[in-house]
Amino acid sequence: MRIVTVRRISQVFFLALFLWFCLAATLGAAFWQLRGWPINWILELDPLTALSTSLATHSFYAPLAWALVAIVLTLFVGRFFCGFVCPLGTINQLTGWLGRRGQNPAARVEANRFRRAQNLKYYLLVFLLALALMGSVQTGIFDPLPLLHRSVNLALAPLADNRLGLLSDEPRFYASAWLLGALFLGIVGLNLVLPRFFCRFVCPLGALFGLLARFTPWRVGKTTDNCGDCRLCEEFCEGACRPAGKIILSECVMCLNCLNRCPASRITFAGRPSAAGEAGLPDLSRRGLVAAGAGLLLVSMWDVGGLAKANRNPNLIRPPGALDEDRFLTRCIRCGQCMRICPGNILQPALLEAGIQGLWTPMVNFRLGRSGCQPNCIACGQVCPTAAIRPVSLEEKLGTGEFATQGPIRIGTAFVDRSRCLPWVMDRPCLVCHELCPVSPKAIFTRTVYETVRGGRGLPARVLGQGVDLYGPIPAGINLASGDYYLRVTGQPDAAHRRITGFSGNRITLENPLAVAGTQVYYGAKVDILVRLQRPFVDAARCTGCGMCEHECPVSGLRAIRVYSENESRSRPGRLLI
Amino acid sequence: MKPPPDQEQTPTGDLNRRDFLKRLGYASALAVTAGSLGFALYDLKGPAASKGQKALTGLGNYALKTLASGPGKMAIVRGTDRKVMVEQGIKALGGMEFFIQQGDRVLIKVNAAFATPPALAATTNPELLAAVAALCFKAGAAQVLVTDNPINNPASCFEITGLAQAARTTGARLIPPHAGLFAPVSLPQGRLIQNWPVMAGVFPGVHKVIVISPVKDHQRAGASMTLKNLYGFLGGRRNVFHQDINGIITELSQLLRPTLCILDGTVTMMTNGPTGGSLSDLKETGTLVVATDPVAADAVGVELLGRTLADIPYLRMAEKAGAGTADYLKLQPAMVNTSA
Repeated sequence: MRIVTVRRISQVFFLALFLWFCLAATLGAAFWQLRGWPINWILELDPLTALSTSLATHSFYAPLAWALVAIVLTLFVGRFFCGFVCPLGTINQLTGWLGRRGQNPAARVEANRFRRAQNLKYYLLVFLLALALMGSVQTGIFDPLPLLHRSVNLALAPLADNRLGLLSDEPRFYASAWLLGALFLGIVGLNLVLPRFFCRFVCPLGALFGLLARFTPWRVGKTTDNCGDCRLCEEFCEGACRPAGKIILSECVMCLNCLNRCPASRITFAGRPSAAGEAGLPDLSRRGLVAAGAGLLLVSMWDVGGLAKANRNPNLIRPPGALDEDRFLTRCIRCGQCMRICPGNILQPALLEAGIQGLWTPMVNFRLGRSGCQPNCIACGQVCPTAAIRPVSLEEKLGTGEFATQGPIRIGTAFVDRSRCLPWVMDRPCLVCHELCPVSPKAIFTRTVYETVRGGRGLPARVLGQGVDLYGPIPAGINLASGDYYLRVTGQPDAAHRRITGFSGNRITLENPLAVAGTQVYYGAKVDILVRLQRPFVDAARCTGCGMCEHECPVSGLRAIRVYSENESRSRPGRLLI
Repeated sequence: MKPPPDQEQTPTGDLNRRDFLKRLGYASALAVTAGSLGFALYDLKGPAASKGQKALTGLGNYALKTLASGPGKMAIVRGTDRKVMVEQGIKALGGMEFFIQQGDRVLIKVNAAFATPPALAATTNPELLAAVAALCFKAGAAQVLVTDNPINNPASCFEITGLAQAARTTGARLIPPHAGLFAPVSLPQGRLIQNWPVMAGVFPGVHKVIVISPVKDHQRAGASMTLKNLYGFLGGRRNVFHQDINGIITELSQLLRPTLCILDGTVTMMTNGPTGGSLSDLKETGTLVVATDPVAADAVGVELLGRTLADIPYLRMAEKAGAGTADYLKLQPAMVNTSA
């Protein structure tokens, strides 16, 4: 079998594997949905994730050990990952090929010549590694594997969910999904400008593989410098690595089309240098590398902003098990797996809520999705490939068993907005927040008051035991017989108030007779209409910030009870209670 | 674009009749199309304030018409084993065959509101669901559907409560609340349920409806039992109705008349309802009610909670609206004790 056939089979296999993992990352009960499928495996193969998180955390998180396989193989045979494995590389190659069908050989050769701008990816890599060294992992923004996972998880799969109803039972929503989708389409579209545009000019993972390939014993080369001017080897060269001339090994993505195309079989993949000469790397400018090192300064300047400390954004609520902000940013690669898994669909990609350094990191938005953070769910931590969200157990999350002394994991605290809450300012009974508080005993408690309704004070009435005839305008817009309204004799605040059980015409029926000065029938009485209100309060010592209350609050715009990051378990500066 | 050949041949400035007539024809055809499209879509009135939709008037009346000939309308069963209790209770009412005919499609409304394990009793007990579904199949039901529109993520709720597993093992079909199942309903006598999305899509083809509910504390409504369980048919931002909780539950009693109500007070959630979350919220009350009357069933539940009808105003209101009788002893319930 020809080697390019093997490559194509491998590419199709890994692309299919990737798509299968995306499918399996759907919440649901079917066998093809989340069932312990190794949905993170492709992310775990990523040496850039392994390197940047290791630089930032000074440790090497166990599941990322798969990256060693990719590293070691690359050290010996070069960028096989780009040519044989990378699903984004495959998508790029395929679109580039489709976009160039019918083009003449000269144009193809021109498209595949080496361009100096290919150096950009090395500068980007240096920049990102400098950031990581200073404790801010930003590789995931450009790294093709997290990028592809993020694009599918947050922009493409939701299309299948929402428009077609194919994957999930319910539509999924992601804030700024359009931006992620547009970026992805842009990356794919750029292949029409030049083949493998992203791979050649941007991909920091490819750059890392290029550096790792510096000493590969086996590589592409020519057996003789003496060949004609056919340039057939460059007609389909994916990496633009100049196989016809002095090959630049770090740019070779191992598409191996040159081997296949050379009519004289002068190109080989072998353990000897090319007869036409070879370069390990393109000429990188020292100035460019130094400029890229400015990443070192950038992180220090981010620290000046104090976003992880005194200047915390109270609206930035991280999922349960998330590390404190500083450590969180040493690990999160923005792959979007947690956001895809979240059954509540409340985990959302941050835009600028966590600063530019927290772009597309997961944050909780209780206004979207199905419910607040479900107490019996630990999915986000279980899927996080880098433990930016720790894989906490249910016991740890709920604060039971051996975690009983430290209590449950809190992601924030709910605050009642007394300027919007119905029983606080609008004389309307409600109490949805209390009903849905999942903590036992509930973190939301109530205090009951009886308020005279607007226009309900001192209404002239005739009292006939359990029946009362009102003479006067009855307050509009309320259902007096709803069980929440009461009658009381005016001017006797201590007198017993009686629940209204019926109302028609101007006749009110009471649960128990309204006693007025010892008589049962009384003309010319004055009565007040009261509403019984249970007003919510939050016991911060019990609140876990799960946001069930905020999600369900019927004040649907800006909710009347909202969760802020105060008292979140992960941060010391956020501590609220003493 | 290349000009048409006949145009090419004509020197500019000369009249070409053929070309002129052709162009005249194209222009006229386009003008007629534009005119007819405009006429077809012509809207003199401008947009209405809201999108008008044809609303249903309810989910239907599934109460048996032959009830009077049956041996009873209600059984109160004491015991601890839900399977035995529900079997005995239904037997006391003439057996499931009395309620379900050969080939019936039965819809079971469970309470799957929260993604909590069955031990916490915040949701319908899965063993009870399995027992009822098995009885339905035994009585000849062609299909048993199980549904709810829960508060948490539906897949999590059905799985963690054990209800999905119970449905799978008995052969019942679980219907998650897809958006397509909801349609607007306006209750004829309703004040609250007006043009409101309700899960009507599961009802076409259904012959019988069974509601299985736990008995739970509920601070706003007083108690969550059979009638409150019907809240789970509502869609949209249904929480706005909590402003008039007794009113909405009364209207729910008009939205649907079930064939059979099974109220499970084997264990009652006495405090911290309706979510619970701790075993200390629960109390063994050893009672299961099988009734054709949801109000009567709930009236028993009220007693299990140690409350009175006065604490739960919606029961009297539902009674007044004709949904049943709160004085359940009038139904002369069969008293069954399975622990003996």
